[in-house]
Amino acid sequence: MMKRRIFTLVSVLALSMGLFSGCAFSDDTEEEEGESQSLTVEDRDYYTRFKGDGISINVYNWGEYISTGADEGTLDVNAEFEKLTGIKVNYTNYATNEELYAKLKGGGTSYDVIIPSDYMISKMIKEDLIQPLDMDNIPNYKYIMDNYRGLAYDPDNRYSVPYTWGTVGIIYNAEQIDTPKEEIDWDILWDEKYKDQILMFDNPRDAFAIAELLLGYSLNTEDPDELKAAAEKLKEQKQYVQAYVMDEVFDKMAAGEALLAPYYAGDALTILEDNEDLDFVIPKSGTNLFVDAMCIPSSAKQKEAAEMYINFMCEPDIAYANIDYICYSTPNSAAYEMLDEEVREDPVSYPDSEFIANKTTVFVNLSDEANDQMKELWTEMKSETANKWFVPIFLVVCVGIIAFVLIRRHLKKKKDIF
Amino acid sequence: MKKLGKIYLALVLLFLYVPIFVLIVFSFNESKSSSVFSGFTLDWYKRLFHNRIIISSLVNTMIIAVIASIVSTVLGTFAAIGINSMRKVPRAVVMNVTNMPIINPEIVTGVSLMLLFSFFAARMTLEFGFVTLLIAHITFDVPYVILNVMPKFNQMDPHLYEAAQDLGCSPFKAFRKVVLPEIMPGVVSGFLMAFTYSLDDFVISYFTTGSTSQTLPITIYSMTRRKVSPEINALSTLIFIAVVLVLIVKNGIQNRAFKRSGMGGN
Amino acid sequence: MKMKLKYFSAPYLVWMIVFILVPLLMIGYFALTTDSGSFTLKHVSDVGQYANIFVRSIWLSLIATAICLVVAYPVAFMLSRMEKHRQGTMLMIVMLPMWMNFLLRTYAWMTLLGNNGIINHLLGTIGLGPVKMINTSGAVVLGMVYNYLPFMILPLYSVMVKIDKSMFEAASDLGCSSAETLWRVVIPLSMPGITSGITMVFVPAISTFIISRMLGGGSNLLIGDLIEMQFLGNAYNPHLGAAISLVLMVIILVIMTVMNQFDPDDQVLM
Repeated sequence: MMKRRIFTLVSVLALSMGLFSGCAFSDDTEEEEGESQSLTVEDRDYYTRFKGDGISINVYNWGEYISTGADEGTLDVNAEFEKLTGIKVNYTNYATNEELYAKLKGGGTSYDVIIPSDYMISKMIKEDLIQPLDMDNIPNYKYIMDNYRGLAYDPDNRYSVPYTWGTVGIIYNAEQIDTPKEEIDWDILWDEKYKDQILMFDNPRDAFAIAELLLGYSLNTEDPDELKAAAEKLKEQKQYVQAYVMDEVFDKMAAGEALLAPYYAGDALTILEDNEDLDFVIPKSGTNLFVDAMCIPSSAKQKEAAEMYINFMCEPDIAYANIDYICYSTPNSAAYEMLDEEVREDPVSYPDSEFIANKTTVFVNLSDEANDQMKELWTEMKSETANKWFVPIFLVVCVGIIAFVLIRRHLKKKKDIF
Repeated sequence: MKKLGKIYLALVLLFLYVPIFVLIVFSFNESKSSSVFSGFTLDWYKRLFHNRIIISSLVNTMIIAVIASIVSTVLGTFAAIGINSMRKVPRAVVMNVTNMPIINPEIVTGVSLMLLFSFFAARMTLEFGFVTLLIAHITFDVPYVILNVMPKFNQMDPHLYEAAQDLGCSPFKAFRKVVLPEIMPGVVSGFLMAFTYSLDDFVISYFTTGSTSQTLPITIYSMTRRKVSPEINALSTLIFIAVVLVLIVKNGIQNRAFKRSGMGGN
Repeated sequence: MKMKLKYFSAPYLVWMIVFILVPLLMIGYFALTTDSGSFTLKHVSDVGQYANIFVRSIWLSLIATAICLVVAYPVAFMLSRMEKHRQGTMLMIVMLPMWMNFLLRTYAWMTLLGNNGIINHLLGTIGLGPVKMINTSGAVVLGMVYNYLPFMILPLYSVMVKIDKSMFEAASDLGCSSAETLWRVVIPLSMPGITSGITMVFVPAISTFIISRMLGGGSNLLIGDLIEMQFLGNAYNPHLGAAISLVLMVIILVIMTVMNQFDPDDQVLM
């Protein structure tokens, strides 16, 4: 009797397992077909070197910054890499350059590939947080356009391989904001009319940049007074700001939670696809131009595999899949060629070279003092300061309360005894 | 008056359950909107099962919770036995320190462990990841085990164990035959508590995780910070169903035990 | 060979020292030193800059705790007066939401409170304009109350269930009105539940960073956000972070000590 019952149980289990693996299997074949159709790499042998070694690499990237295959017909880049090379990818996300920096600086982590922005790259080079690349292992570097080589943050192209670039602009609800597109400038983010309808960058460097643009300062100013003035400007804006966000902007803008938000051009294009009321403008008065590039931290354990991953990301097909999915601008000439004419001429993704030359600024790393000051001003802006004697006095009061309580208890005990 | 009370209770329950039911309902929503229901679909569930990051972090969470709760149950049970036979002053000291992870805000415990781990990481080969997560989980689990086991000693005569050894039992046998049966209910409830805390913990894991081994709560957190996919609603629904099932089974077992023993007591 | 029971705790004692005591001491060490390891009071006094964040956090979590107490007290009382077999089921129903991960529960409120969220949609259909709810202090308090309400109900219930029914009868026999019974009998007897409920709600509420981030919109920093920012966020400075944690611990110690004064049992915790 018992035996039979166990038998039934096992067969039911086996059946359900079979069903599961069955459906998983069918999906696999589908994906493989997809791969053989779309993915061509130049040198397969280069990628299969580590097959069977059981290597894994840790990739730390911005959120929403790679093609994941979540939408129909797109490529799951990490899965393709794993399939091709046999190297497992542990993929995790950060939201700001500063978060990435904190994680690396704290120590004890071993990320193999990271994608910081320009100014953070030079800061990391200075602090030895990233290491020089072996360009012989990254033959696809040849696809990187000349404009994106030898930039100020990495003049000798030793540490980084550009992944994307772009500008910062304003996403706005064209239905409810009647200012004509050409006239929208950064000061609209300070407009009382749109109180509680404005989203703002939740990281100091980007937020300060907007205030600095408005005040006519350099985006790389280290002048303490100018930084202070910019912080004042941000403080003034705080009353109109609904929330300080990073990638939360995707859902908030798409769902119509707010009317205005400064953000990166590529993400803005993605958001525009979800809500037709929205439009995006790069203010004529100027903006920040950023380059995000792939680097290998000094603490990386799998340098060669990481270089392979970087090389893979520069494969024309892969670079195209990523750019197509995240809508940023590409520094990869082959991927650029594959883009639709329409995209290549879109002034949002690829502004004309005159505008880039005259009206955009690339961030450079600030001095430690300026960085510290900005950090402090930023936290202060988000909190508004009070008297500096408050905490010492508060602590003394606390100690006093404890002492009082203990003494009272002591006296009470004595009384109880008698 | 009684009616008023019932209405009040119903309102509180409504407050507690409405958000959860909203999540559940919108897990079947065809569009991505979380405020307008446009049509029924099971798509998000299908996607959820194909989301490698979620599946692998679920596996990680289970592995860590199982190992951490077993280790902390063993560690905590022995600790409770030892603490119980200490003298008054050392006992009070140890108990006060043991209570610290419970009293302290989670963020302080998380930060303090993070500082410790990065101190070690700078001096030897320790890496944030599975090991640090496991240590952190055991650290905040053990106090719960101890607090569950300690009260069980109140009914036990502390001399029984020594008496058993005097009568020729080996220390291990004496422990197994005399001590363990007395404290078993506390050990089991301590284990269960440790296990659920481990499954659920976000804050401490957030500060002690590294480049690998994300747990489910950490994955959920990073999901809510990006474009949110209704997969998260589907996930909530499944977790809710799992919780309900576990509680029903647990209650069923308890009720049966309750009936069999034929007596009350909590 | 005879083994004393107290040696059983040796492995745990080692663990406790290395992973509970030493890390806490490290917070103190980090708070009082510079990068190069020399002693400084700079970080502790720097905490003063953020005094209003402390005031705000204490204020918001006090409000949340008070609301929790007011809401939970009748619930716990009713639970404790139910028939025995219904109590268990009812308690389970009340506690069940707590078993969902709190990130998911907070996320649920995000979708409910949004400007285009469900509540505003419902208000819209009955002709009321959209109400700004998310990204306000009120939303943060709501999130705290929702997440920590069970922490208040449970200790209250576990104390009240031990109050014998005859107490009420005796009180009314002695001429107490029901209000007087509540004031003179129920509340004093449930004091241990009240104090532990208050600490169980207040401590997580004052140190949260998720609720303020998800429902407060990043412009309403709490102590938790401030600490998180110094370790993993936009303002990397572990020394300052440690100093803030230290101050937070002192605040909580004070609260606990004060709470213990109302607790008739002279038990653990300092």
